[in-house]
Amino acid sequence: MELWIDCLIVLLILTNLKLISSSRLSACIRVVAIQGVLLGLVPLLVGSGDLTFRVILLSIVTMVVKGIVFPWLLLKALRSANVRREMEPFVGYTTSLLVGVGLLALAIWMGRQLPLPAPSKSPLVVPLALFTIMIGLFAIVSRRKALTQVLGYLVMENGIYAFGLAFAHQEPLLVELGTLLDVFMAVFIMGITIFQINREFDHIDTDRLSLLKD
Amino acid sequence: MNTTSWLNPLAALVLSPLLPGIINRTKAFFAGRRGQPLLQGYYDIAKLLHKGAVYSRTTSWIFRAGPVVGLAAVLMALVLLPLGGSAAPLNFTGDIILLAYLLGLMRFFTVIAALDTGSAFEGMGASREVQFSVLTEPALLLSLAAMGKAGQIGSGSRIEHLDNFLSLSGIYSNLSASVWMRNGTILLLVAGALLIVLLAESPRIPVDDPNTHLELTMIHEVMVLDHGGPDFAMILYGAALKLWVFSALLAGVLIPVRSAYWWLDAGAVIGGIFLLAVVIGVIESSMARLRLLRVPQLLTGAGVLSILAFALILWR
Repeated sequence: MELWIDCLIVLLILTNLKLISSSRLSACIRVVAIQGVLLGLVPLLVGSGDLTFRVILLSIVTMVVKGIVFPWLLLKALRSANVRREMEPFVGYTTSLLVGVGLLALAIWMGRQLPLPAPSKSPLVVPLALFTIMIGLFAIVSRRKALTQVLGYLVMENGIYAFGLAFAHQEPLLVELGTLLDVFMAVFIMGITIFQINREFDHIDTDRLSLLKD
Repeated sequence: MNTTSWLNPLAALVLSPLLPGIINRTKAFFAGRRGQPLLQGYYDIAKLLHKGAVYSRTTSWIFRAGPVVGLAAVLMALVLLPLGGSAAPLNFTGDIILLAYLLGLMRFFTVIAALDTGSAFEGMGASREVQFSVLTEPALLLSLAAMGKAGQIGSGSRIEHLDNFLSLSGIYSNLSASVWMRNGTILLLVAGALLIVLLAESPRIPVDDPNTHLELTMIHEVMVLDHGGPDFAMILYGAALKLWVFSALLAGVLIPVRSAYWWLDAGAVIGGIFLLAVVIGVIESSMARLRLLRVPQLLTGAGVLSILAFALILWR
């Protein structure tokens, strides 16, 4: 059992590292989809309570929304924006990997400092959640394309979600589903916005949008 | 020291030229050809040993010393190399570092022998080889360190005659199936890192194409262009032995057979080494060589895998 939890957490860490080290946008979207599905497995394995109906429901809804719906919306936006790669990010890919390792060490250190309300099954869940949040933030600040920034936002949200899932036992189902709906709306609107930005300016480089005036 | 442990380096000396043959046969199978005979490695070495060597007037003694020192270094590395649970003839605390730097010495002499020719192409290959080795060396050392720690935690009270987790033989004798049950994820990360290191050091396809004869894209082959005859035989043999060393390191992790019988342990790992040669052949048939600019990223990836494994085993 512990081996499977370890395996899951390591896979989630690897999806984070893969996200910041690959330049092809469709590959990034696929990585985020895999992360969503893996995240759906977290409450089943790591949750502190028994396998109740609501835990299973939560897991299935997570997998469907994060693993299928979001990637589909983003792939549609990608097709309409007609970009393939993230060219010239602010931080290069090899450097990004090294920054990722630094963030991982920071997350593990921070995770050990935090007092937890309830003991979780694995000591690595909290570091994983913190690491995922940091990677999302890093993807937002270090990339140019609007689409990668949306992915960063999604990953950051995944991190917060993982933090909650570890303690899903204590959290009302309504709150979880409400968060999922919020994120769904956000991604939906961001997809439309990317399409509109691209139609207006023929690119989705956010750093070139800084000169906008009325 | 028991005499049976000397059979491990002996097996390497006898069997290692088979490995390139197996890789080539696998590639030929995937391409629908019959391929060269399995024993081609031995034929090549025998043929080269019968030839004379030609030395350029611009080279010095360094050029002649390169292959000799390289072969000597890898032979010493073999003496330190355990085959899975069966210990190496020589083991002491910290021999991990000696192994890494014996291989480093081999590379250093290949590189300065290449630079000694004064050829621009060989200088280019030397520069690449050194650049990539900067990235593979930490990955190798950190992987071995993570394995040592995992074995030390996993073995618990099991007292072995080699419970020293800082020597190669100690590390590998601790990695039993029960360690896999507890820390399998970490060992898988280590195996991934070691596989990339193996492919980069051998040097095989995602990093370097051994069949290419276009100097602009070559790494290892370009450094040995000017060696001929017995020198080249030594280089070929040394490369096969180096491939054996890295395969044994990887197969020792992947095959957790730790019985009381040394022949069972060693036999399982030797079988694993030959299986790995087939796997390398499959990788070579199914992948293209990476663009040269992307190679450091792959090697950094190996380093990251090993750092991840080490961090997880340290802070659990």
